[in-house]
Amino acid sequence: MNIIVLGCGRVGAALATMLDAEGHSVTVIDQNSDAFRRLGAGYKGNMVLGTGIDEDVLRSAGIEKADAFAAVTNGDNTNIMASQIASTIFHVPRVVTRIYDPIREETYRTLGLDTICPTSVGARLFRERLLAGAGGS
Amino acid sequence: MYVVVVGGGKVGYYLTKTLIGEGHEVLLIEKDKKKCEALVHSLGSVVVRGDGCEASTLTEVGTGRADVVVAVTGDDEDNLIVCQMAKKRFNVPRAIARINNPKNERIFKILGIDVTISSTDIIMSQIEQELPAHSFTHLLTLRGAGLEIVETQVTPESRLAGRALRDSALPGECAISLVLRDGKPIIPTGNLILESGDLVIAVTSRGSEDELQSLFRGKV
Repeated sequence: MNIIVLGCGRVGAALATMLDAEGHSVTVIDQNSDAFRRLGAGYKGNMVLGTGIDEDVLRSAGIEKADAFAAVTNGDNTNIMASQIASTIFHVPRVVTRIYDPIREETYRTLGLDTICPTSVGARLFRERLLAGAGGS
Repeated sequence: MYVVVVGGGKVGYYLTKTLIGEGHEVLLIEKDKKKCEALVHSLGSVVVRGDGCEASTLTEVGTGRADVVVAVTGDDEDNLIVCQMAKKRFNVPRAIARINNPKNERIFKILGIDVTISSTDIIMSQIEQELPAHSFTHLLTLRGAGLEIVETQVTPESRLAGRALRDSALPGECAISLVLRDGKPIIPTGNLILESGDLVIAVTSRGSEDELQSLFRGKV
């Protein structure tokens, strides 16, 4: 699959490295060229420097032929806007958006975005671990 | 009218001040603590500290009863989210966004935000107006109708020069509304023969703009 990963932070770099190792054709986008150093040593995919809410940058990353798009920058609003551009304008079949703010996540999930909220997921995992074996939930 | 302004930079500050001066009820939302203190000092209790992208802040300031929400932060993505939240979650009838990248105008429109103000575009059109002949100046955009009102000059090379308007094979979705010859206005009819140097005001659809432009310029 042709996959675009927007944001080369810890999650973005790990995701891109993983997908690349599995044989997918990966392009990672970040505004900061230093961020690409986080990619694994064996990473063979593409790197595009620029902001993910700019159509031209997305085009040069090959969004017109992308099968999937992951928005994992550290800005919720950037992720939301980039994802809406990917799905509404470029019709990328599969778009997943990270949104830290649970309320915003709920709003945009209702509006049809496929979202992951690490805040809610993390809190839930901690809760499960903390209460494991404590008898009762 | 109740107006909620998001973003307390220079644009937000002067906008709020002007709206208050005109007797409107205004509320200004700013995230940054220091900026907020300075704004409160100057504008008083109409300033609220908070994130205008967050539903809780928007609820707190009574966005539900706002007539207009204006997003004028320096970031296009933030302005988009503010406007989408206002329209989709709070049913605000009118949301206006400031944009930096002129290309975002189209994106915002597709994503449901009809009114955008791009300072880049405004400055560009001012520069275009200062340029001599050959240029195509955008005077006004009628967004709802997808039309542009443009001003241009007939060049000596133009295929339109020396030809009656009815024979000039203009693109379908455009009309020459006014011709200025030596500073005198002429309301055009089909018989009017355009001359090199004529200043022309035309209404055109966005799709026909390029074709019209090349007709006037003469060279493609």
